[in-house]
Amino acid sequence: MKKGVMRPGHIQIRVLDMKEALDHYRDLLGLIEVETDSQGRVYLKGWTEIDKFSVVLREADEPGMDFVGYKVLDNQTLEKLHGELVEFGCNVEEIPAGELNGCGRRIRFDSPTGHMFEIYAEKEQTGKWGVDEVNPEAWPRGLTGMKVTRFDHCLLYGPNIAGTLELFQTVLGFDLAEQTLDENGTRIAQFLTVSQKAHDVAFIECPEPGKFHHASFLLDTWEDVLRAADLISMEDVSLDIGPTRHGLTHGKTIYFFDPSGNRTEVFCGGDYHYPDHPPVTWTTDQLGKAIFYHDRVLNEAFLTVLT
Amino acid sequence: MATEQLYRIRIVNRDQEFFCTEDQVLLIDMERRSASSINVGCRGGGCGVCKIRILNGDYETKRMSRAHISEAEEKQGFALACRVFPRSDMAVESDHYIAPEESPYQKAAAQVAVR
Repeated sequence: MKKGVMRPGHIQIRVLDMKEALDHYRDLLGLIEVETDSQGRVYLKGWTEIDKFSVVLREADEPGMDFVGYKVLDNQTLEKLHGELVEFGCNVEEIPAGELNGCGRRIRFDSPTGHMFEIYAEKEQTGKWGVDEVNPEAWPRGLTGMKVTRFDHCLLYGPNIAGTLELFQTVLGFDLAEQTLDENGTRIAQFLTVSQKAHDVAFIECPEPGKFHHASFLLDTWEDVLRAADLISMEDVSLDIGPTRHGLTHGKTIYFFDPSGNRTEVFCGGDYHYPDHPPVTWTTDQLGKAIFYHDRVLNEAFLTVLT
Repeated sequence: MATEQLYRIRIVNRDQEFFCTEDQVLLIDMERRSASSINVGCRGGGCGVCKIRILNGDYETKRMSRAHISEAEEKQGFALACRVFPRSDMAVESDHYIAPEESPYQKAAAQVAVR
């Protein structure tokens, strides 16, 4: 049931070196650099995104993910969900408006998998980058690198994904779109959506809490994924795997690493989901095909290399 | 043109060696020379998979995740091979990454082929 959560809105990623991180997120992915705040955090966005920013980079001693934020319909929804998060038993913290430049009040909460999430209702809207609001052209000139269109989702690893599923379903109104079940019927991977996308966030069961597998950015076509692969080779970027297709979600994809070891995905296409659809299920005896549909074999790094 | 400076990197626990240039990190030159004496992860100082201990030799490091190399460990010669530039011949021990407990996903993956 929809609870007024609209979409993933932002992700804050920790990096070891800001200059190298900008080579990756701005110059290679082609995100638009928006501004740097007083704490030295750099804000970026995909060119199609209406809100002011979607990616925040923070220099730190340990790479990984600080939090993911979801935008909700309005302040009334924010208040209602605030109460429900407390009632669910989350540790909840209010972050005042303006702590992120251009973002309204945020409600931050933890999850059973050990990740930090937040919801907010207001963010400055600066419109799509490089095209007019009225009579917009197809795309702007001046994009660089892979020309990613938006921050799309992230995949997180942690314990008790069943608990996090309950939180996201009952409090935040996400649906279970796709899943992997083991031979006992235990869910070991879950892809959750709050839209028609196959995933707005995904979780894989893992004993270590709060781990970050990847942040994913959307491309338009398979040709764009191949072009991204060319750029990865040209720039000698650390490759994980691809270009290939996933069985889960059926997205066409390539995975690589930022200069601090955080994994990035760029992808296109994939399944759609409506609230009346049963979850798409893959079984662990077909795990190779579920993850990498063409190779049908897993690579060790994809399972174990995390920040 | 100046000859590029090559250093001999000996991986004592695997009884293997490879050569590394001074402007390249150990792990990347190892991969370029098709050696496999150090396990490869993210190649960015983040995941810890290529953790080594340097037994002797001079080197410089780029910033490494404190989740995997504490200040104390750094002083004892622990490092991530993807962040170490050689400044002399070196002797190192690989395989210092202690993998966390296996996830159910990894256990399931172990039932099917993993490469």
